[in-house]
Amino acid sequence: MRLRRTTPQGLVRARPGPGFEVTLDGRPVPALPGRTVAAVLWEAGVVAWRTTRDGGRPRGVFCGIGVCFDCLVTVNDRPNQRACLVTVSAGDAIRTQEGVGDAGGSGADADAEAGGE
Amino acid sequence: MRVARVRMRMRKPVGSEGRQERGGRAGAGAVVVVGAGPAGVAAAVCAADQGVRVVLVDSAVRAGGQFYRQPDARWGARRPQVLHHGWRTWQRLTARLDAHLADGQVTHLAERHVWFVERAGGDGFVVHALGGSGQDRPETVRGDAVLLATGAYEKVLPFPGWTLPGVVTAGGAQAMLKGGLVLPPGRTVVVAGTGPLLMPVAAGLAAAGARVGALIESAGPGRLAWGAAKVAGHPAKLAEGARYAAALVWRGVPVRTGHAVVAAHGSVRLEAVTVAALDAEGRVRAGTGRRIACDALAVGHGLLPHTGLAGALGCRIEETAYGGWGVAVDGEQRTDLPGVWAAGEASGVGGAELALAEGEIAGRSIAARLRGREPDRRGCAAAAGTRAGLRAFARVIDGVYGPPAQWAERVGDDTVVCRCEEVPASAVRSAVAGLGATDLRSVKLLTRAGMGWCQGRVCAPGVAGVAGCAWSPASRVLAQPVPLAVLAREEGAAP
Ligand SMILES: Cc1cc2nc3c(=O)[nH]c(=O)nc-3n(C[C@H](O)[C@H](O)[C@H](O)COP(=O)(O)OP(=O)(O)OC[C@H]3O[C@@H](n4cnc5c(N)ncnc54)[C@H](O)[C@@H]3O)c2cc1C
Ligand code: FES
Repeated sequence: MRLRRTTPQGLVRARPGPGFEVTLDGRPVPALPGRTVAAVLWEAGVVAWRTTRDGGRPRGVFCGIGVCFDCLVTVNDRPNQRACLVTVSAGDAIRTQEGVGDAGGSGADADAEAGGE
Repeated sequence: MRVARVRMRMRKPVGSEGRQERGGRAGAGAVVVVGAGPAGVAAAVCAADQGVRVVLVDSAVRAGGQFYRQPDARWGARRPQVLHHGWRTWQRLTARLDAHLADGQVTHLAERHVWFVERAGGDGFVVHALGGSGQDRPETVRGDAVLLATGAYEKVLPFPGWTLPGVVTAGGAQAMLKGGLVLPPGRTVVVAGTGPLLMPVAAGLAAAGARVGALIESAGPGRLAWGAAKVAGHPAKLAEGARYAAALVWRGVPVRTGHAVVAAHGSVRLEAVTVAALDAEGRVRAGTGRRIACDALAVGHGLLPHTGLAGALGCRIEETAYGGWGVAVDGEQRTDLPGVWAAGEASGVGGAELALAEGEIAGRSIAARLRGREPDRRGCAAAAGTRAGLRAFARVIDGVYGPPAQWAERVGDDTVVCRCEEVPASAVRSAVAGLGATDLRSVKLLTRAGMGWCQGRVCAPGVAGVAGCAWSPASRVLAQPVPLAVLAREEGAAP
């Protein structure tokens, strides 16, 4: 007699088209077109995907809208992408990051950042 | 290392490689609207209705801002309205926007992050944006006027355990739900903090299938009753609140007012929170702490306007008459800098309906002023009336909600206050007590708090509270971090 649990997709009666796969540290993860990296990882049950530079503490989404930079992740060898902003494409290679700014990969353009005050 | 890389870039021949110019300056009437939320879209269609060329620049994929954030169009959601209040208003507005996109009056540049707006030698403005999935493709847009409709982000004050994965902002949980149709990993979510956003967030999460363990609001029943009496003149708002309250009762979500989450627990991710009752001074009542097991905590203590672009332009930023900060504007939503308007939460936090009214007023003002005319008062009267009513409502809301007065006392010495630079409260306290820091700037220099990736946007109010010094949305030079390579190219390309 138990009703099936509501899901966000069921609630708005969404019919996402066929999905595709991306990888997280080489492991296949299902994804839907238009989802952000963060949404794909949440759906896969992953809550943290980088560790901090000093304390080595795990972090994932915090602000969800691109403000806090807690959700940094490496996508297709570009480190320090905000997972809550970047939209996934089929075959994307997502990698967890250790520390900030010094993760492996060749996305040198993105890792030197200038901040204001 | 960093410096060397920049120099290398600067020695390269600098031209317009990778750099695109958009907008153009059609006649005397082009406005660049930064932000496609309720305020920006309302302004864009109103200005376009009157013949102004509009370039709408926004960081998101779809227009809508925080309030009307939607999943990808390809998902064909047949009932998107269930996650949104006032959906029909938005449908009408987007129909007008679509018509203007079709006739070319409005151009929507999506997925562009604006990092700087500058005056172009007394003649219009240049808006600098970054596009592309890596946000590294520089683009500039020119306009005769600029509207800053950049909205707000959520304030979260620190507490023990707030850096654990699974602790997210209330608005962030809402954004992930509305935009990604996804819930935080795990089964149980606790929604906590203070402010009118918590109810819709808890109701939305519960409707979407999350088990909402509790809604914990720190404002006490006395404040809430005072507020309810004060807003008697806003029946629509009262009904909206009652609807959310009923939805929470119906879904069995326990609501605790006058309570706060005093700590989050877990080793590598959130496992539980401790909730305690507060006394009239906002201190924890001894012996009331209770642990609630949960997988996620959606927490927020109010909204802060995005004022970075305005600050860098030199616009005045002030406390609004209805609470909180915002870019200072006059009755037409003009800032103190000629040619620059601000509307929506960038000019003061008051909700989506207020943002719509302010956007309409700004759009009409821009259309008139670009032709050297006074705006038609009668045309703006309805929106101006709505704006006045909603600002009065916002002032009551500001009086009801607010973090408990003594929150900073509960921040343990080892609690990280600056998330980016991992600065503990003890460092901030000894900068004040031991090294004599008296303002946020010295605290920052002594501790690195606020020097990380987010440039203090997240931690500044918390660090200031722990340090016991004043805080205001400091004017930042850049609205978001920019790859140095882009800065180097921009520098070389400037006339
Ligand atoms: C995360 C979050 C979730 C929220 N959810 C709700 C909710 O569910 N219910 C509710 O009643 N209220 C909610 N709010 C409150 C909401 O801010 C307002 O009700 C309303 O959206 C304000 O409209 P606006 O047009 O002023 O700004 P917004 O709707 O915030 O729109 C601003 C737009 O500007 C863009 N932008 C900002 N800076 C830049 C830049 N530098 N370059 C390019 N684009 C930029 C943003 O991406 C955004 O699309 C939420 C707020 C936040 C922060
Ligand atoms: S979660 Fe804050 S930037 Fe992505």
